[in-house]
Amino acid sequence: MARAAQAVDGITYVDLYHDYPRFDINVDIEQQRLLDHDVILFQCPLFWYSTPSIIKEWQDLVLEHGFAFGAGGDKLSGKHMMLAVTAAGPEDAYTDEGYQRYPLRTFLKPLEQTARLCEMHFTAPYVLYGALNAPATGQADKHINGYRQLLEAIRDDSYDLPAAKDMDVVGFKNLPLLQEARS
Amino acid sequence: MNEFLLLAFLFLIAGVVAVPIASRLGLGSVLGYLIAGVAISPLLQILNVDVVSIQHFAEFGVVMMLFLVGLELEPRMLWAMRTKLLGLGGLQVSITTLIVMGIAMLLGQPWSVALAIGMVLALSSTAIVLQTLNEKGLMKSDGGQSSFSVLLFQDIAVIPMLAFIPLLALPELASIGLIEAAEGDHGSMSLVEGLNAWQQVLVTFCAIAFVVVGGSYLTRPVFRFIAMAHLRELFTAFTLLLVIGIALLMIVVGLSPALGTFLAGVVLANSEYRHELESNIGPFKGLLLGLFFITVGAAIQFELLYANLGQVVAMTIGLMTLKAAILYALSRIFGISGADRWLFTLGLAQAGEFGFVLLAFTVASSVIPAAVADQLLLVVTLSMLLTPALFIVYDKLIAPRFGASQAREADEIEEQGNVIIAGHGRFGGIINRILLSAGFKTVVLDYQSEELERLQAFGVKGYFGDAMRPDLLHAAGIEEAKMLVIAIDEKDSITELVHYISENYPDVYIVARALDRHHVYELWSAGARDIIRETFDSSVRAGRSALEALGVHPYDAERQIRGFLINDREQMLNMASLYDPDIPAHENPEFVEETKKHIARYEQAMRGNSAAFGSRLDRGWVPPSTDDVETEQEAASKE
Repeated sequence: MARAAQAVDGITYVDLYHDYPRFDINVDIEQQRLLDHDVILFQCPLFWYSTPSIIKEWQDLVLEHGFAFGAGGDKLSGKHMMLAVTAAGPEDAYTDEGYQRYPLRTFLKPLEQTARLCEMHFTAPYVLYGALNAPATGQADKHINGYRQLLEAIRDDSYDLPAAKDMDVVGFKNLPLLQEARS
Repeated sequence: MNEFLLLAFLFLIAGVVAVPIASRLGLGSVLGYLIAGVAISPLLQILNVDVVSIQHFAEFGVVMMLFLVGLELEPRMLWAMRTKLLGLGGLQVSITTLIVMGIAMLLGQPWSVALAIGMVLALSSTAIVLQTLNEKGLMKSDGGQSSFSVLLFQDIAVIPMLAFIPLLALPELASIGLIEAAEGDHGSMSLVEGLNAWQQVLVTFCAIAFVVVGGSYLTRPVFRFIAMAHLRELFTAFTLLLVIGIALLMIVVGLSPALGTFLAGVVLANSEYRHELESNIGPFKGLLLGLFFITVGAAIQFELLYANLGQVVAMTIGLMTLKAAILYALSRIFGISGADRWLFTLGLAQAGEFGFVLLAFTVASSVIPAAVADQLLLVVTLSMLLTPALFIVYDKLIAPRFGASQAREADEIEEQGNVIIAGHGRFGGIINRILLSAGFKTVVLDYQSEELERLQAFGVKGYFGDAMRPDLLHAAGIEEAKMLVIAIDEKDSITELVHYISENYPDVYIVARALDRHHVYELWSAGARDIIRETFDSSVRAGRSALEALGVHPYDAERQIRGFLINDREQMLNMASLYDPDIPAHENPEFVEETKKHIARYEQAMRGNSAAFGSRLDRGWVPPSTDDVETEQEAASKE
């Protein structure tokens, strides 16, 4: 997925672990990046029902009081926050009856609320369930392909953001793309 | 003395003028030397120079070359080559000999003459082929390795041939030849002449054993002994002594000197002195081979050539076609494919310098009449002259068509260490351990034998030599290296080396050790971009330890140190860009100004004003204020 994202022109791809191997995140650079873009997408696997730790560290430092929230903290207002996550468990595990006990979106609530507090729009995450078996079943390739389409659509303003906001999760089968004619 | 200087001058100027032009035109150095030889041949004739005796002297270059080839080949690799060596080499020599013999008999030569001609023409030119393969970096390819196997077998095969040829003597030539044969240079030094067969075998065996055992156990103490004198030329002298000594030993026991030095090379391939030996003998080899090629060009008897032009050219082309056809067939059988097959086929199609030796010997032993031998000499020379042209054909027409198969060869070149570490002391040693444990291949250079021997005991491979020498860096593979880690002790040497590498090998990434802050600026302006101060990181860590021991929370201590590092780095970059190596730092106004600012900030920081570090890391998570909480609550109640 990282390679697919890097190959798409017209978007900015950031590898946080590459830029900050020692976790010393440069707040100025990261805030400038946020100001320069309209859609912020976190692409990561789910670790223990949350993001990998560097994304949490990034949130702690970059979404500063007075910048992202609180008094004078409206710099991100109106922007979109998205997630593209892969989960090891199969889709039916993320139900009230499944072994994960809750739907996936429940685990993503902290991020959803973070977006809300920053006055950002949180849209449905792009999800691949059962990621461990996906390369073998061919799901991974389809998911990556869909991811490329998704990124290109966001870039070209042909991704149906209002529709996505009302969806639970998005997969490669149900990408809410706008028709060419409308865009 | 004067005559010697004049000759040396003549040969050198011919080489110095012709070779660069030939290289520029893409013809390769070998053709350049050959053309130089042709160009000066009238002059040599006027001066009445005995070109052939110079050629015999220059053939020692071949011996040196095989020593160098041996150094590149570990015993393990030689063993892996055994099928090719015996199968490919053996078949090439025997089949070519028999077919050439058959054709010569059809042309009306008696069988004994025909057989001798077959043997003479079956051999290829080790000098031209190996030199060209090395120059083009094709030695490690499949085609290069196969060519080398055949050449090595041929070099070995020369010895039984020399023993066999006298048995073919023609009675009608014998009366003239006997006298010459008696004075021939072959037997005069031999110790084994008077011995019977098993004694000969025993002596031969002992000589080889001496080379192998001596090479493994004697070189190290001898090198250490020589190192005591601290004179570089002594190493060169010893290397020459080694090669010449082994060559002499082999001649005395009746073996090929080329084979002997090759063996010695293989034995020393694993030693830490390998690159030192390589760089010492390299220039001698190059000069002697050059001289050899010049004499080949100069020895062409043009009157004879013009008199029999059609015949000689036809024979040469016929011979090369025949040899190429046999090589092509063999390459199919042995599964050499793609561009490698053509390299092998075209590369070995000529006759070689051992042909000269054998021809002289056959005439002396009354096997081949002198008139026939003179013509054959022309054929051999002409075929050698045409070989560089065939390599050009390979380069321009064939290699591009097999682009894909060349890509596969790239893997094999990876076998060379792609990181060179200069200096294996407290600094370089750790780098080497880290790189090795991550699976990278390294070549370590150091000039302290004791340090290297200690390493050897722990299974770490290093090579003896001064990394400041360009030829040693070349021998260590700087051309193919991805990275050079400069971890030597001397400040000025480091700067000099950074200069040299960044100017001559801009693609090689440099990691340089700096002794202090000022040295960093010097290295920066010399072209290094990855510069590590040798005590800086340990000092910083010591500072962190001190903070922790003073009761600062370990995480706060860590963050403070990181802030310090980030600031220091920015500072260094600033200063480095202002530094000018040609102006003393204190006379550079911008540099002085920046230094003053830096000191001022530093003092503030020292007084405990932590904001002076101005670190971006001082920004941590800040809780929202109570006002914020109220605002949010209000907003939520309205929804």
